[in-house]
Amino acid sequence: MLNPDLVGRTFPGTTSTTITQVSIDAFARALGEASTDVAPPTYAITISLEQSQAVLVDSGLDWSRVVHGDQRFAINKPLTAGMQITCNSTIESARVLAGNEIITVRSDLVESGAVAVSSWSTLVFRA
Amino acid sequence: MSAFTTGQELPAKSYFINRAALVEYANASGDQNPIHQSEEFAKAVGLENVIAHGMYTMGLVAQYVSEVAGGSSKVQEFSARFTKPVVVPADVDVELVVSAVVGEVSDNTAKLEITATCNEVKVLGMTKAVIFL
Repeated sequence: MLNPDLVGRTFPGTTSTTITQVSIDAFARALGEASTDVAPPTYAITISLEQSQAVLVDSGLDWSRVVHGDQRFAINKPLTAGMQITCNSTIESARVLAGNEIITVRSDLVESGAVAVSSWSTLVFRA
Repeated sequence: MSAFTTGQELPAKSYFINRAALVEYANASGDQNPIHQSEEFAKAVGLENVIAHGMYTMGLVAQYVSEVAGGSSKVQEFSARFTKPVVVPADVDVELVVSAVVGEVSDNTAKLEITATCNEVKVLGMTKAVIFL
């Protein structure tokens, strides 16, 4: 069980990621997208999910029991090569349904103090 | 004037999902969960077969949205619920059919209500996008 006190808490990213054209190209190619001037809309998941995983595993949850429930992106500024991103994750909600623990984490991908992309992942930890 | 009107049905497009594509997506995204690559592992944990990453399916739908919008940079919001896994047997190209209906249109944005199906079964729910005009 997630400690309920953690709901609402933000875990600031401690390292920054520089987005490379190589990683955008590989992600776009895997999805069959030819245009790579900006990253595909779902590219932020490559940064946000790892951070969410670290936060939740540190909080005592078993990542081997996780299923992705839903996903939302709000893109203020499309991600492009060279952007230096810090990812801050906030546990927005946690509830238990039929023994499964359902947790929504918002990850803000921040460049120079401004949020470029917010990513909400709802993760279901199966009982 | 906007090219979109509320209620307008946008043409469907097909995408094909196979095992090789899942390996490529795993490498590109960093999600190496073996349920998306190993039939033996997937079956051992009670799945029918290898399943696609939900984010891979959502990523293909994102390409549809980007194409409708005129580029990835015109996608403002995008969301989906992972309702049914996409089962990917060996040596099969699984067809994902994506279509959309235009919702509310404002001066500078349009909302899209998207449908994504495999074998006529919806694999994503609540799939919505907001695009810049």
